[in-house]
Amino acid sequence: MLLIDCPWCGPRDENEFQYGGEAHIARPKDPALLSDAQWADYLFMRGNPKGRHRERWMHRSGCRRWFNVERDTVSHAITAVYRMGEAPPATAKPAATGDATSAEPRSSGDPGQWPAGGAE
Amino acid sequence: MPAARYSIFSLLRNAATYHREWQAAWRSPDPKPAYDVIIVGGGGHGLATAYYLAKEHRISNVAVLEKGWLGGGNTGRNTTIVRSNYLWDESAHLYEHSLKLWESLSQELNFNVMFSPRGVLNLAHNLHDLRELQRRVNAIRLNGIDSEILTTAQVKAMVPILNCSPNIRYPVLGASLQRRGGVARHDAVAWGFARGADALGVDIIQNCEVTGIRREGDRVVGVETTRGFIGAAKIGCVAAGHSSVLASMAGLRLPIESHPLQALVSEPIKPILHTVVMSAAVHVYVSQSDKGELVIGAGIDAFNSYAQRGSLPIIEEIMASACVLFPMFSRLKMLRSWAGIVDVCPDASPIISGTPVKGLYFNCGWGTGGFKATPGSGWVFAHTLAQDRPHPLNAAFSLERFTSGALIDEHGAAAVAH
Repeated sequence: MLLIDCPWCGPRDENEFQYGGEAHIARPKDPALLSDAQWADYLFMRGNPKGRHRERWMHRSGCRRWFNVERDTVSHAITAVYRMGEAPPATAKPAATGDATSAEPRSSGDPGQWPAGGAE
Repeated sequence: MPAARYSIFSLLRNAATYHREWQAAWRSPDPKPAYDVIIVGGGGHGLATAYYLAKEHRISNVAVLEKGWLGGGNTGRNTTIVRSNYLWDESAHLYEHSLKLWESLSQELNFNVMFSPRGVLNLAHNLHDLRELQRRVNAIRLNGIDSEILTTAQVKAMVPILNCSPNIRYPVLGASLQRRGGVARHDAVAWGFARGADALGVDIIQNCEVTGIRREGDRVVGVETTRGFIGAAKIGCVAAGHSSVLASMAGLRLPIESHPLQALVSEPIKPILHTVVMSAAVHVYVSQSDKGELVIGAGIDAFNSYAQRGSLPIIEEIMASACVLFPMFSRLKMLRSWAGIVDVCPDASPIISGTPVKGLYFNCGWGTGGFKATPGSGWVFAHTLAQDRPHPLNAAFSLERFTSGALIDEHGAAAVAH
């Protein structure tokens, strides 16, 4: 059970909030230039780290505003709450696994290399 | 090591020695320096993969690496429902293949997995539900899979304790029924596949956590583990909620988020519910175990987590739903609740696929509904690993579908809100 410190309303029960998934996924500036693989990365691929995770929450039963939370996905401890548009707090080290904090676009090869069809 | 066959005679023989002489069902070998194939994850799906690799593809130089104990993850944390009533052709064929394997699995493994085809009801609570169920039933029947629509009166006759009053907020307007669906004994599935794989020469190595995936160029050469480096040209990752963690070891990202999925059981009571009842709208699913406990589950906790525990409001919602549908359950005490970490895909369908890294394969994304697929999942993944290409049954479940856009949206048939 989480106690979330809404930046506007103060600490409230998790029940009042709506979860919004991984934070800091910026919409591509020039969508027309994106390859299918880049679209897939933007739309579907997620860091899903075991450890520190930056995520969006919305105070559904309160001020109805969105904000960011930094939370540990193993202990559920919330280490920071900050407003939309604010830079995430500097951290000693990035998440234990995954690369949710990486700002760089993915460059781990073309997923299409492995045959997708069942030609049998 | 040929395992001693289990039979009424072996039972009698061992009874005569007060059951002190039973052989261990599988060995606990030290890892060899290298294998042909390494399976990461000793749950039902991973053990089934190893079993079918050895059985169907004659590849027995295989290790299954499990960081904890066999079946200690989601295999031991689900609500054991088995069915194949999925909407789209791709899913229907995959889950139906699995259901057919379930039907003869106890004989196949010489291990009683207690598969009990007691029927699975999916309730409709409004006209839209009913029409959606009718559409799904029609699609399922076109795929040659049994499914039928029941009226409210038929549902009431089948499950007298269900609240079918027209005066509740979500009245039961009908249901779909898959008679061949049911439940199975979750631990037995892991143990049966482990015993079968071990007898065919597979090394099952518990308490061995994979800490890294070693690559040379664009292909894998083995895994770093808490018991040292183990080489293999092919690595199959079957780690459910921890799939993203493994993927990141190889520099990959997956379209998966890990969430807790909670379930709970009541105190054991006399037989009261002989079938499986699921409701997507009121949002609960219930069956009764052979021990008499009611096994109850519902939706995931919304936030990402690896903690194997969820929040109390979810439990409250599950129980409120259960008590609406079954008012007599309100007097029951709940004994235990727990959570498993489920690997949820955007389209609620699994990924059974190779990756851009040669020799690295993933079987993941089963989310809230993997248990039913255990034998079929292992069967197609073994084929994929052995042949380095998918079987027609899992060709559509590639990682590539998230690039091509050919998603297989099964949120309706998944019956669990995501």
